[in-house]
Amino acid sequence: MNASSSALPSRWERFRDSYLFYSFKRDMVAQVSLVVFIALVAVAVLAPWLSPMNPYDLAQIDILASELPPFWVEGSDAQYLLGTDAQGRDMLSTILYGARVSLIIGFGAVALQALIGVCFGLLAGYLGGRIDAFLMRLADIQLSFSTLMVAIIVGALVKAIFGGETFSAYAVPLLVLIIGLAEWPQYARTVRASVLAEKNKEYVDAARVMGLRSKRIMFRHVLPNTLSPIFVISTVQIANAIISEAALSFLGLGMPETHPSLGSLIKSGFDYIQSGSWWITLIPGALLVVLVLSINLLGDWLRDVMNPRLYKG
Amino acid sequence: MTAPAEAKAAHPTPTQNEKSDDSLLQIRGLNKRFSLSGDFLEQLRFKGGKLVRHQEYVHAINGVDLDIKRGEALCVVGESGCGKSTVARMVMGLITPSEGEIRYAGERIDNLSSRQLLPYRKRMQMIFQNPYASLNPRMTIQQTLEEPLRLHHPDWDREKIEQKVEDVMRSVGIDPDWGKRFGHEFSGGQRQRIAIARALAVDPEFIVADEPISALDVSIQAQVLNLLMEAQQERNLTYLFITHDLAVVEHFGTRVAVMYLGTVCEIATTSTLFAKPRHPYTQALLSAIPRLEDDRPQHIRLSGEVPTPVNLPTGCVFHGRCPHANARCKQEIPVLQTQDDGTRVACHAVEEGRL
Repeated sequence: MNASSSALPSRWERFRDSYLFYSFKRDMVAQVSLVVFIALVAVAVLAPWLSPMNPYDLAQIDILASELPPFWVEGSDAQYLLGTDAQGRDMLSTILYGARVSLIIGFGAVALQALIGVCFGLLAGYLGGRIDAFLMRLADIQLSFSTLMVAIIVGALVKAIFGGETFSAYAVPLLVLIIGLAEWPQYARTVRASVLAEKNKEYVDAARVMGLRSKRIMFRHVLPNTLSPIFVISTVQIANAIISEAALSFLGLGMPETHPSLGSLIKSGFDYIQSGSWWITLIPGALLVVLVLSINLLGDWLRDVMNPRLYKG
Repeated sequence: MTAPAEAKAAHPTPTQNEKSDDSLLQIRGLNKRFSLSGDFLEQLRFKGGKLVRHQEYVHAINGVDLDIKRGEALCVVGESGCGKSTVARMVMGLITPSEGEIRYAGERIDNLSSRQLLPYRKRMQMIFQNPYASLNPRMTIQQTLEEPLRLHHPDWDREKIEQKVEDVMRSVGIDPDWGKRFGHEFSGGQRQRIAIARALAVDPEFIVADEPISALDVSIQAQVLNLLMEAQQERNLTYLFITHDLAVVEHFGTRVAVMYLGTVCEIATTSTLFAKPRHPYTQALLSAIPRLEDDRPQHIRLSGEVPTPVNLPTGCVFHGRCPHANARCKQEIPVLQTQDDGTRVACHAVEEGRL
């Protein structure tokens, strides 16, 4: 054995040689989706520095400049590249801030889903028996309510009890909570299925023979081996959560118009689409489609790569 | 001894053991049933207009008695599905017996909680059949080997643990520099050695090996077998060795237990068993070994199949295929009886002198 092959590859070298990177290099769709997704996340994260004005600051809003079209349409103002909405807010800034809100809710809700779903799925799959039966029936019950219905009920209750002011102030954590709680069974079921497959493997028996506690076996031995399906559904779930948030906002149960997400922007523009101000709805709509599409295409690619029938990682 | 003192007081020592002083592990009247019927709701059936509870079991182990003496290698042989591995897994506490008891160094261990079992985990370890599945694919070899040490020696510092891992890797012939690699970067034989290193890391006195070489390439089998034998000599290990390879038994075993359909039909020292098999099943099994000088093979051909363990045959489990079976064999279950040379055989024909 020569010196170079006995030296251990670094983390980066290992990644560069991996099947994941190899298939990424050969997949145009995945590359384009990743670039689009990263670009969108970057502009959303950097919105306070990139956007021409702050749409939350009422002092910067000029009501006289409302409903101005984007720059390529006649009658536009060069100051507002993508035009303005009905309240005179710069569309570009509002969209950047809106994408930020949508992404925060999407990632937050998925983190909550994953936390609950992974824990419940691990417990149900590894311990089995009554705990399994109880948790999975709970998941069935949760799945039989649609996300929208849960959101409408919770949203209406919060609004009725604490008033619209409070709801607006806590809209982001509330939406994260609603979407997170509504969709955890997706994770729980997927994790449980792969835990059931893993827990009969001999390395789990070896860990038990060693005398390790169940908690350590679950989180240290079984969980790392169920990560591939978790990654795959995470991409789909982020897209779903963003869509759910947009749908709720469109129905008026999501982000308030003073603090708009992409969904509430679409909604606020919807009233003016008949009067010719199509850009207020269509531009954020197009952005939403591009964002969700890029996430879904990435998820598609990831599912193909991590399919254990094609490749066991 | 690390065993809790109150356990000794609570359970009287078994009455039927003859030589308890030198036996490390005692198995008495072990039974294991696996339910086939699912949960309570699935067990309910309509029969003749009435709702009855219907339960079905696989009778995997039916009354196994075994003694493993200190320092010996007890081989358990039998065809697949006869319950060899189930016995091994019950000894290690991976599954709980339906009936019977298992004693380790005189203390009952089959009814202990996982926390009470912890001191025994250090003294008894297991090697698994499939080295491709028995190493966690997401852990490096170093992590795999450190884990049991950290658990069982919480007072050891980092340096001492690393030193121990290095020693144990050397002792199984794996370069300690390979510790940062993952299991899939090794060949089957190397992986099995790493699995052996993991078992040896806590310095056990008793090792259960569940077909440790049957998943390996033939050229590697001898290597791993020799490694196990070296470890036995150096560390004075006791083995419970599950296998179906009779050549391995002849080479490795001090004593042999032959199992058929969840029962032990014959226990003898290796030389006695190969020279003079008593039980008709053992005779058929040994006659099936291919020999180089075999120009006139005299295999004993057994008719039929192994009966299903769901509906056990009455009497001797082997009577349906036994050429020497009579009416008594169909009704009465034979028990292990000690012969004049120390062999224990469960067979009516041997007892009656018909064989």
